Amino acid sequence: MKTFRIGGVHPAENKLSAGKAIQALALPKQAVFPLSQHIGAPAVPVVKRGDLVKVGTKIAEAGGFVSAPVFSSVSGKVSKIDTVVDASGYRKPAIYIDVEGDEWEESIDRSAELVRECSLSPEEIVAKIKEAGVVGMGGACFPTHVKLCPPPGAKAECVIINGVECEPYLTADHRLMLEKTDEVLVGVSLLMKAAKVDQAYIGIENNKPDAIRVMTEKAEGYPGIEIVPLQVKYPQGGEKQLIDAIINRQVPAPPAIPISVGAVVQNVGTAYAVYEAVMKNKPLFERVVTVTGKSLKNPSNFLTRMGTPMSQLIEAAGGMPEDTGKVIGGGPMMGKALVNTEVPICKGSSGVLLMNGKEASRGEAQPCIRCAKCVSACPMGLEPFLLATLSMHKEWERVEKEDIMSCIECGSCQFTCPSHRPMLDYIRLGKGTVGGIIRARNAKK
Amino acid sequence: MANKLIVSLSPHVHSGDSVQKNMYGVLIALIPALLVSLIYFGVGAAVVTLTSVVSCLFFEWVITKFILKREKTTILDGSAIITGVLLAFNVPSNLPVWIIVIGALVAIGIGKMTFGGLGCNPFNPALVGRVFLLISFPVQMTSWPKIGQVTSYLDAETGATPLALMKMAVHGDASALEQLPSSFDLFIGATGGSLGEVSALALLIGLLYMLWKKIITWHIPVSILATVFVFSGLMHMANPTLYASPAVHLFTGGLMLGAIFMATDYVTSPMTHKGMIIYGVAIGFLTVVIRNFGAYPEGMSFAILIMNAFTPLINNYCKPKRFGEVKKK
Repeated sequence: MKTFRIGGVHPAENKLSAGKAIQALALPKQAVFPLSQHIGAPAVPVVKRGDLVKVGTKIAEAGGFVSAPVFSSVSGKVSKIDTVVDASGYRKPAIYIDVEGDEWEESIDRSAELVRECSLSPEEIVAKIKEAGVVGMGGACFPTHVKLCPPPGAKAECVIINGVECEPYLTADHRLMLEKTDEVLVGVSLLMKAAKVDQAYIGIENNKPDAIRVMTEKAEGYPGIEIVPLQVKYPQGGEKQLIDAIINRQVPAPPAIPISVGAVVQNVGTAYAVYEAVMKNKPLFERVVTVTGKSLKNPSNFLTRMGTPMSQLIEAAGGMPEDTGKVIGGGPMMGKALVNTEVPICKGSSGVLLMNGKEASRGEAQPCIRCAKCVSACPMGLEPFLLATLSMHKEWERVEKEDIMSCIECGSCQFTCPSHRPMLDYIRLGKGTVGGIIRARNAKK
Repeated sequence: MANKLIVSLSPHVHSGDSVQKNMYGVLIALIPALLVSLIYFGVGAAVVTLTSVVSCLFFEWVITKFILKREKTTILDGSAIITGVLLAFNVPSNLPVWIIVIGALVAIGIGKMTFGGLGCNPFNPALVGRVFLLISFPVQMTSWPKIGQVTSYLDAETGATPLALMKMAVHGDASALEQLPSSFDLFIGATGGSLGEVSALALLIGLLYMLWKKIITWHIPVSILATVFVFSGLMHMANPTLYASPAVHLFTGGLMLGAIFMATDYVTSPMTHKGMIIYGVAIGFLTVVIRNFGAYPEGMSFAILIMNAFTPLINNYCKPKRFGEVKKK
């Protein structure tokens, strides 16, 4: 069975909500839409206080090429344009909408009927994706249309779809593949057409045999789409690891990007959003979110309108358990610990994970015993112990030479460290500083 | 509620591995060899091992508490126990208690705590202690009891070890190699030697356990054993009366003990797989050279200590293969 070649770890999977069908979550009373739900320039509001909006109304437009518009997920009145603490923990500008009724824009096709035929040209598909505000739904939130417009000289050879969901606990993509199989496959076909390639691979880890079976059966009706079962290993959902696992090519160090080896990588959630955007005229304003945790009464997968506060999802899943010590936006390996539960669901919110106080506390750090387990675990072939120590001692020049910028912050090193050293904290500090030094150097040139 | 949430950076989960788990894992892997030594050397093995472990723990406690004045003691992390057991495994079973205590003081005091304790020492502490004793007390350290004297300690009758016979062969005693025990006896450990090194079989069981529990990787032990096999095999083929067969080399002396438990010490061995193989090959080569041409019959301890000194250099030059690395032309 295929997998990526360097490093990797296997955290306990804990897919508690894997058997739970996707349920639509009730509408919130107020929805909050941060203007930065993607990598790139923040969106610019096109509504003002007191404006009436419908479900699917554009409320902010893209702030540049690498940016994405934001759409209202509810109908009602814009109550204010203010700030909100998002999953990053920082205050970001956001649009607040008070919900009244559930009135949709008429252009949106709300029928459940599957639409397969598409007569649009590749450029028109890309334009529709861009206009619908679709971004990478795996968590990185990179605007999808940018990935479909290769830089001059680069040529895409295949589309790789990430159905790996290697983060423990999360099951949103898994459910989507089971319940919206055809929609996802049509989305993949659209992505292939947009990227002008005839081959797509969908990588699924073999801890989801039902998804592999259903997708393989249905994929027969879609030319050029191949389902690739993968060995369970974290971080297989990392873009570079997934490309390596599926087409056995390694993307060189930055500034190289996946297209440099001919690959365009998208998440299954993104493929679904592309289907809805292109075939149903439905902009991106809702997504599947896993709400999970060992103490939670009823771990679930909710189809959630963007802007819904996470507290509402937790309530719907049985309420906040007494022993909650940490609330994480995303999975346990790369997710962000939230400062409060009023953080709104955004385009990249794949899950809400509740951990009890004991699980959430870090072990006490002990001296490095040089066991080299972090070196074996690093999927990028780096030496995490060295990067952390050099960053601790502010050896910026050396840490840059040791390729700190290649780190993908997957956390495998810290996960595996017997001495419980907070390696990734220091590596992030080093990456941030070295990144600044590199930008300053490039600016001088 | 909100102010009670813990906020920290990812990852939010941990494998559950710990320093203690690894150290006690190594100790479990040492149990078969300990049992064999108790069967062959009886009381002597028990007294030596116990003395060594207790004094290592004692010195680590005294030094952390009264000299380094640290609040937390580290004696429970298991590393001092390992040093104690390994030191005991590397000495004859009739070594007097006071010599063992000196060995433990050197191992923990000079070999480990001088540099700051676990994780900071450049040389394997048990080997520092062992080599100090070998040079200071050459007579006591090189007279090994014959096996099977379970009730005797200081009064045990001693005899020539296989390694001594090998040395005699190299120095021109043509019949020496013929007196060697059979390879099978050497393999299960029915021969004289330091107390923990006699049974290759017991040590190999320990290796399998550590590989299974992912405490160590195969790189260091396999590269040492393979190098010794190939190098001593070539010499044996060149002159079978002068040089012992590779099987004898592999199953005698501290080779297995060194390759499996001493050279693989986390702190003093290289951090990358490539580096580990270079380190292992060099140890194997140096061991055979010292055994056949050096002044001492056993070369393992010296070979490991020499390569410990090269570990930082190896770490500096042997980088893991980076993801997507393109060969520079």
